[in-house]
Amino acid sequence: MPGLPPEVRKDGEPGWAGGLRKLYNSVVDEPLPDSFKDLLKKLDDSEDD
Amino acid sequence: MTERVRPSPADEGFRQELLSVLPHLRAFARGLSGRSDFADDLVQEAAIKAWTARERYQAGTNMRAWTFAILRNHYLSELRRSRRQTDLDEGVAERMLVMEADQEGPLHLGDMETALQKLAPERREAVLLVGASGFSYEEAAEIAGCPIGTMKSRVARARADLARILDGEAEGVEVKTRKAG
Repeated sequence: MPGLPPEVRKDGEPGWAGGLRKLYNSVVDEPLPDSFKDLLKKLDDSEDD
Repeated sequence: MTERVRPSPADEGFRQELLSVLPHLRAFARGLSGRSDFADDLVQEAAIKAWTARERYQAGTNMRAWTFAILRNHYLSELRRSRRQTDLDEGVAERMLVMEADQEGPLHLGDMETALQKLAPERREAVLLVGASGFSYEEAAEIAGCPIGTMKSRVARARADLARILDGEAEGVEVKTRKAG
């Protein structure tokens, strides 16, 4: 869209707003680190503890 | 005091829902704290708290909002604990955590994350909840325990701050979310 500053999209949302969501989603998309295995085990075991 | 109960379908359902929100909790915690190791500890502790309190969760309501509130409260109590331990007044402890994140730079997510960590904590939380996590103002206000109007104004201020910070750092900023190879 000509005439719009590069950081503003045509729907009026600034470019960084998409960047913020990308940042968030980049963490959401990461596989859970190994440190979470203990947590998962705890949740599994807690039924019997 | 916990009674030993067999895994019920309700517990199993809860567990599955809880597991499904873990990635979102990690993203929220990372945004709040700016430190991935601390964030992961927060998430794990919040998940255990959620599991322990599962009887208070009403099935069919919003697991993500419920667990975000738990994580957020846990984060704040960790900040307060850190304040007690170091005998600093409020705000200083929070700033320290933020500054550590800035200075040590275990951040891998580029300019946006750096900018995020420069926001006042309550504004950062607000823009993470509404702008990143996709909660409504109403849900975000409930998670943060504040009126909707307050949440709206925090989000607006956070957005203005982010725009200013990012614009100030680079003209015509192109947000880098990750230094991808």
